[in-house]
Amino acid sequence: MTTIKEQEKIQEQFKERMDEDELLNCMRCGFCLPTCPTYIESGFKESQSPRGRIALMKAVVDGLIEPDAEFERSLELCLGCRACEPVCPSGVNYGHLLEDARDIINQNKQHSLPARVVRKTVFQGLFPHPNRMRGAVGLLGFYQRSGIQTLARKIGFLGLLPDSLATMEKILPKVPTMKEMKNRPDYLPAIAEKVHRVAFFSGCLMDTMFLKTNDATMKLLQLAGCEVVIPESQVCCGALHGHSGEKQTAKELAKKNIIAFEELDVDFIITNAGGCGAFLVDYDHLLQDDPEWKGRAKTFAEKVKDISEVLVAVDFHKKVKMELPPQVITYQDSCHLRNVMKTAAAPRVLLQAIAGVKYKEMVDADRCCGSAGIYNIVESEMSMVMLDYKMKQAKETHATTIVTANPGCLLQMQLGIEREGLSSKIRGVHIVDLLAQAVKQD
Amino acid sequence: MLANEVKEQLIAIVTKANFDDSKTERLVYSYDATPNFQSMPDAVISPRNTTEVTEILKVCNQHQVPIVPRGSGTNLCAGTCPTEGGIVLLFKQMNRILEIDEENLTVTVQPGVITLDMINAVEKRGLFYPPDPSSMKISTIGGNINENSGGLRGLKYGVTRDYVMALEVVLPNGDVIRTGGKLAKDVAGYDLTRLFVGSEGTLGVITEATLKLIPMPETKKTMLALYQDLNAAAKSVSAIIANKIIPTTLEFLDQPTLKVVEEFSQIGLPTNVQAVLLIEQDGPPEVVERDLIRMAEICKQEQAVSIQIAASEAEAEALRTARRAALSAIARLKPTTILEDATVPRSEIAKMVQAINEIAEKYQLEICTFGHAGDGNLHPTCATDARNHEEMERVEQAFAEIFAKAIDLGGTITGEHGVGAMKAPYLEWKLKAEGIAAMKAIKLAFDPQNIMNPGKVFAKDSKKRVVITR
Repeated sequence: MTTIKEQEKIQEQFKERMDEDELLNCMRCGFCLPTCPTYIESGFKESQSPRGRIALMKAVVDGLIEPDAEFERSLELCLGCRACEPVCPSGVNYGHLLEDARDIINQNKQHSLPARVVRKTVFQGLFPHPNRMRGAVGLLGFYQRSGIQTLARKIGFLGLLPDSLATMEKILPKVPTMKEMKNRPDYLPAIAEKVHRVAFFSGCLMDTMFLKTNDATMKLLQLAGCEVVIPESQVCCGALHGHSGEKQTAKELAKKNIIAFEELDVDFIITNAGGCGAFLVDYDHLLQDDPEWKGRAKTFAEKVKDISEVLVAVDFHKKVKMELPPQVITYQDSCHLRNVMKTAAAPRVLLQAIAGVKYKEMVDADRCCGSAGIYNIVESEMSMVMLDYKMKQAKETHATTIVTANPGCLLQMQLGIEREGLSSKIRGVHIVDLLAQAVKQD
Repeated sequence: MLANEVKEQLIAIVTKANFDDSKTERLVYSYDATPNFQSMPDAVISPRNTTEVTEILKVCNQHQVPIVPRGSGTNLCAGTCPTEGGIVLLFKQMNRILEIDEENLTVTVQPGVITLDMINAVEKRGLFYPPDPSSMKISTIGGNINENSGGLRGLKYGVTRDYVMALEVVLPNGDVIRTGGKLAKDVAGYDLTRLFVGSEGTLGVITEATLKLIPMPETKKTMLALYQDLNAAAKSVSAIIANKIIPTTLEFLDQPTLKVVEEFSQIGLPTNVQAVLLIEQDGPPEVVERDLIRMAEICKQEQAVSIQIAASEAEAEALRTARRAALSAIARLKPTTILEDATVPRSEIAKMVQAINEIAEKYQLEICTFGHAGDGNLHPTCATDARNHEEMERVEQAFAEIFAKAIDLGGTITGEHGVGAMKAPYLEWKLKAEGIAAMKAIKLAFDPQNIMNPGKVFAKDSKKRVVITR
């Protein structure tokens, strides 16, 4: 609960810090409403729509309402999927408004003690430090390998967790060993004729829990004629912080990354996680008030590309033969890849180039699956509503492989498959893993 | 604030879950798509059926609580802004398609149905509902009926009014009436159906509607005619009609509009020309082909610099979608977009376009013009900033002059957006005092307590008609 005093402070900061032009830029036409998952799933509540949320932010700035619990709730329930942005004819940067609003709220309110501890551990203690990330994921590996997992499942300990968390425990990938996580390459030559020199943004979750996907990504880049540099000094992209109202830490991380990449003389900075990529391409906005960093951030941001864009641009799908056993596949967009990085066609082009498989587009593939960073943990109920809808659409396609392009989405798909009891029939897979499999068979 | 007694009675009708008077919920229903109008309601209520609507109206009538029926709040005349407080009535739970009758070619719906959802549902059966307001992806049928919405296909097929066959309406006293029917002919008494269409929620609450459908046209083709001269584009419109061709769509977009729309849609719209006509014809293939060739010839005679025919339905749909985004896209220029809806007889369209440009120049304003030129219905839109009071005054003066010019040309102050609170001060210019008196008498007969959307259509003070020197 925010106290009255905290509310006053929040209101004051809204007046000072919220971008009034951006708020006014929303002319309330309502074109965003039909694309907003929370508007639809809440039974068409305006307070759960982008237009409503912007009106609420503006009302706090204008002093029409106080930033009370209900106001906060409206912003909390937003997935931050940004599906409202591409359809906004006025071009309102909703994501930026949301980030600023959340930052103001979180920096000015006293969280409950457990929330404080968790936030501090995760945002400051864990994600910014690659070593500790490896340690934490390593613990999970120990849990999986040591027999504790088997034991915990047997004695029903997991029954104490909420349903979605208990299921989540089952679908977490087998994590690599500490040795594998520490022993990472920093340079890989092009395998085909060299067309680009690129840098790889390895990401914190991707380079630990999803290490194999990172390996596959770099392999594909090499096969596509890219020389790959992987700077060791890179850190977490800061997306998690930015979306959760920890903007200051996000800025510090951004600066570290800019330094890590700016001297590399590369054509592109490649990511394989829509969530990270979308935050990286926004670095110039994040650092816009910092004259020393703004220009450097822009140079950085302009180079950021999703792997699928680069593969299509170099005609990978035409040059390299890809084939898989007969199966129906479908693609679930990563919201940030689609709505922020504007990458929607490239993954589909690549998937449709795989011989032997039938690609079937699912209805509303561009609607959020409910993963949304840590949304599926903190807003489990709404997240599961989103997921159920998603699984319904996925099942309609009769696909046995659901492809995604972001680790959060991938885990959510696997969670959905598990919840539906379909784990023996359907698999969720990251696009680069599927492409790598398809290439290997050649 | 609602009296406790009223609040309790309303909760008893709809249950607690469907009544909300928290500040957050009231705030998000304090506006619609009209700039510069915002006013908090006292509560927001979501009835589930006609009976609940009836009970709500009885309570409100007894206690003189204003009621504002609201669809998705996309109207452009401040028609659903609760300017006098009271209750906002939502139809999100009354959003079912009740029946598609293929023998009588009708569809019966509840008011909360999204327009496009209904269009898609009937098109699956090979049937066609032509009214297509630009907001149709989110607008509701109830809202369309209350505002008598138009759209891109209005030229050939007419507007919402032409498709409403029957209504169920709850009157402020709680009476439920049914007007019209699935009838091609029906002269039993006054045509109340037509009276309620476009009544902006000021007479009663529509709780069910039966709409006319027609068979889907066989084919459809779309083209763009490009001009370096605004006047030439406007003249082409009248020339096409004078040549006895009625296309489905005949839309006009000037260069400033084209630029912002292209910035949003990025589909390769021409931005190096002064104006574009978006022309569409549907029907049997041979007729569509013939009309398209003839219209292309007419446009060329009227100095079109080039004609582009859409290669596929996807390309045509991209053009229509881009056109529908025009108004909101103009907000890219400046934060506030004030748009008007002046309509003139088709023969006068060139004069109106010219007058708009002269007025824009006179008041030093940035006015983008687009609209349903074939209907004589233009949307001159001023990109401005509500915080700049001096400029806002000039905007108001300019629009007053545009209204006056439209009326002088035999036109009207609003073709399809409605009067609402926004144009109420200008209504008398069009209707004269006697016309207003006649309408007020109707309003009084249905709603003696003035609880239905008060403050709309009829203004407390009418604007003084400006005298045009030209």
